Amino acid sequence: MVEEIGTTVEGDVLINVGPQHPATHGVLNLLLTINGETIKKVEPHLGFIHRSIEKMCESLTYRQFIYVTSRMDYLSAHINNHACALVVEKGLQVEIPSRAKVIRVLMDELTRIASHELWWGAMAMDLGAFTPFFHAFRERESINDIMEETCGARLTMNYIVPGGVMYDLHPDFQKRVKDFITLYKLKIHEYDEMVTGNIIFQNRMKGVGYLSAEDAISYGCTGPTARGSGVSCDIRKLYPYEVYDQLDFDEILETGCDSFARYMVRIREMNQSIRIIEQLIDTIPEGDFQAKTKAVLKLPKGEFYQRVETARGEFGVYIVSEGGNTPYRIKFRSPGFSNLSALDQMARGSKLGDLVAMMGTLDLVIPDIDR
Amino acid sequence: MFIIKYIKEVFSGLKSLAVGLRRTLYYFTHHKEIITEQYPDNRETLKLSDRFKGEVVMLHDENNEHACTGCTACELACPNATIKIITQFDITPEGKKKKALDKFVYHLELCTMCNLCIVACPTDAIKMAQTFEHSVYDRSELTKILNKPGSHIRAGVE
Amino acid sequence: MLSFSDISKFIDSWLRDIFNPTWTMVIEMMIAGVCVIGLFAVLGLVLVLMERKVAAWIQIRLGPNRVGPKGMLQSLADTVKLLVKEGMTPDGADKFLFNFAPFIAMMVAMLLMAPIAFAKDFQLWDMNIGVLYFSAISSIMVISILMAGWASNNKYSLMGAMRSGAQIVSYELSAGLSILAIVVLSGSLNLNDIILSQADGWWIFKGHIPVIISFIIFIIAVTAETNRAPFDLAEAESELTAGFHTEYSGMKFALFFLAEYINVFIVCAIGATLFLGGWMPFHIGHWDAFNHVMDYIPSSVWFFGKTFFLIFLIMWFRWTFPRLRIDQLLNLEWRFLLPISMFNILLVTLMAILGWHF
Ligand code: SF4
Ligand code: SF4
Repeated sequence: MVEEIGTTVEGDVLINVGPQHPATHGVLNLLLTINGETIKKVEPHLGFIHRSIEKMCESLTYRQFIYVTSRMDYLSAHINNHACALVVEKGLQVEIPSRAKVIRVLMDELTRIASHELWWGAMAMDLGAFTPFFHAFRERESINDIMEETCGARLTMNYIVPGGVMYDLHPDFQKRVKDFITLYKLKIHEYDEMVTGNIIFQNRMKGVGYLSAEDAISYGCTGPTARGSGVSCDIRKLYPYEVYDQLDFDEILETGCDSFARYMVRIREMNQSIRIIEQLIDTIPEGDFQAKTKAVLKLPKGEFYQRVETARGEFGVYIVSEGGNTPYRIKFRSPGFSNLSALDQMARGSKLGDLVAMMGTLDLVIPDIDR
Repeated sequence: MFIIKYIKEVFSGLKSLAVGLRRTLYYFTHHKEIITEQYPDNRETLKLSDRFKGEVVMLHDENNEHACTGCTACELACPNATIKIITQFDITPEGKKKKALDKFVYHLELCTMCNLCIVACPTDAIKMAQTFEHSVYDRSELTKILNKPGSHIRAGVE
Repeated sequence: MLSFSDISKFIDSWLRDIFNPTWTMVIEMMIAGVCVIGLFAVLGLVLVLMERKVAAWIQIRLGPNRVGPKGMLQSLADTVKLLVKEGMTPDGADKFLFNFAPFIAMMVAMLLMAPIAFAKDFQLWDMNIGVLYFSAISSIMVISILMAGWASNNKYSLMGAMRSGAQIVSYELSAGLSILAIVVLSGSLNLNDIILSQADGWWIFKGHIPVIISFIIFIIAVTAETNRAPFDLAEAESELTAGFHTEYSGMKFALFFLAEYINVFIVCAIGATLFLGGWMPFHIGHWDAFNHVMDYIPSSVWFFGKTFFLIFLIMWFRWTFPRLRIDQLLNLEWRFLLPISMFNILLVTLMAILGWHF
């Protein structure tokens, strides 16, 4: 407990949630001003897991810095790597083979599903239902197995290299992915039975954590958080990269603006990801999985930016190059940081229990916010 | 009417709860759905995929020969300064001096299993092993010399 | 056949042979005390293990399976761990209240054991106001929680305690009203009489829909009263870290933990007594052969079977549902449970007056 400075109104209490608290999923510190159960102010404090990744990347070469980005948003590690590879390729102006493009997109979507699965479980656990967490892991585990087989690791894959992917797909890959899709379709209705349709859950989510479209835009929210408020911001649709412009999938928009809308966006997004995978899995083009690149990569002098859609929203990589083999300055635009900033707006006036639900629907990964 | 709406609310609520209860009862009674792996007991049957990145090892053949030329490409590729190549000068049969590997020092505790060194190696001298039980009692045990004592470079590898 | 009542009668007469009545009384009380403490320990071990197994199977896991055969001794090992842990008292806490609160929780649980009929003619105290006694004592439970929350000098604890106070006070109403339904039907406050009134069928079968409704309300209300999920707002792990016992550790925590499980057992025992006929075997109308077979099963088995069935229900709820918010929790009580049980008690009374039940 800190000293109670700044409590002005009678009955206001300052309370620290985190950095070691079961609800924050990591080392986030929220300084709450509450009156009884009602929240009056939320102040997120960061810095507990700051590793200065951006500075670190400035001393690493263009091949090396990609792996570090897996440690930011570790649940969409693959998509982070993808963004970095894309920006380097943009600078080098290499054309990557179409097989590599398809493989990258497939992996991205698998990662997105895995991330949403974990979010679903953790979200239910925030609300006090422990069982969905374990059930979500069953599906997530089969994605992890696919990753382990092809990329060699389960969480921080480091599979993407500038110019393509590190090695070819595992021969079993297609079969394993199809097995996963079968499993997913068999089990997805349980998500509705256990959580979505549950009256307690619906009452906890509906009308809670209101974030209007204007607020979502002005706070810079992206990803499912903004799409739950009806803001169209899917980078895959707006600024397509790789093969997304040739694919048939929908951008999910909900207009509820509340926690339930954000929840539904993610659930429906998983189905869209499955749709993308189904379109690609049988038509992976033959050919090289990696373009020929020089041993030492040197980006021309200039500035380069690339954004992708991670499981949490828009992730951007900005590189300033002086022509050397390491970036002069690197900046990541992480989705979690902007999404977290909307928390205060959402939480004011609601109950303490709802704060946890709101944080759940923001899908915060702290190392992503606090690089 | 108010009363009808009220009763409907109660029943639809109870029904949604019953649906959830039925699902959990199904899992409670169907133990074949259990997915837990009994880890230390299933060591024999536990098979990791052959690409699993567990630890960097150096390949030696039956003559205790490896393929490492000591070119330090892996050392340069490594983002974490995990690898330290110590070279020496061998005298070849022709009497010329030739750079060769003395010690391949590998700090497992610094390694992030990123695979960059394996990709960088021109002679495929090192590879990833599928071990994952790395815990030891002392940190110094994690610093390993990968080339076996008395090993030499395979003839013909440049 | 050896039954609990025979054993107790035998001990009683044996003691009376040796000592005078006063000493007999004292010794019998001591034996009862030891038995209750023993039962506590056994129940704690069994219920914790049961909870963990139920949770594991629902969550497609195996649950404890390392200590002892099939993990049976897991909770024993946990107890040993808790015993040897340091019981800390935080700085700035109200030391006396802080250390006293867990014992109140335990004492309440112990007192509640008194009126429960574990088997035919086997009861600690056959009092004529057993139901009233249960309602009265169980509301003392909240005091220990409030005490713990206040004395910890921790904001989380205090909030947990306050939540729990609001919750227990409101849910007591509907728990009381649903118990009242059975009292009206059987016309007695004595738990033994209530059981005997169910000789020709349990109330849940005899009482038509109104009793089923009060049974459902009873289960919901006692789940809330014992602070079990989905009503575990006093602990609310993801919101208040651990609620009122955030600052407790070691054996003091274990006492709270144990009291929670004992309370679950007691409310389930009361529920089984009121609605499912306590130790009364299952009888169907005039099927004499069937009824005879049922009579051969000892009454204690019937009692514990029914109680554990209800305990399973409560555990099943816990591992299925998300937690309610505090205002929804009170809403549920005041907007749904209370009006429904009020209306229900009217129906039951009408039924009792007109003799519509079987
Ligand atoms: S795997 Fe990566 S971190 Fe480990 S030694 Fe190789 S290059 Fe270095
Ligand atoms: S392992 Fe390969 S890259 Fe490293 S020094 Fe030996 S030959 Fe060169």
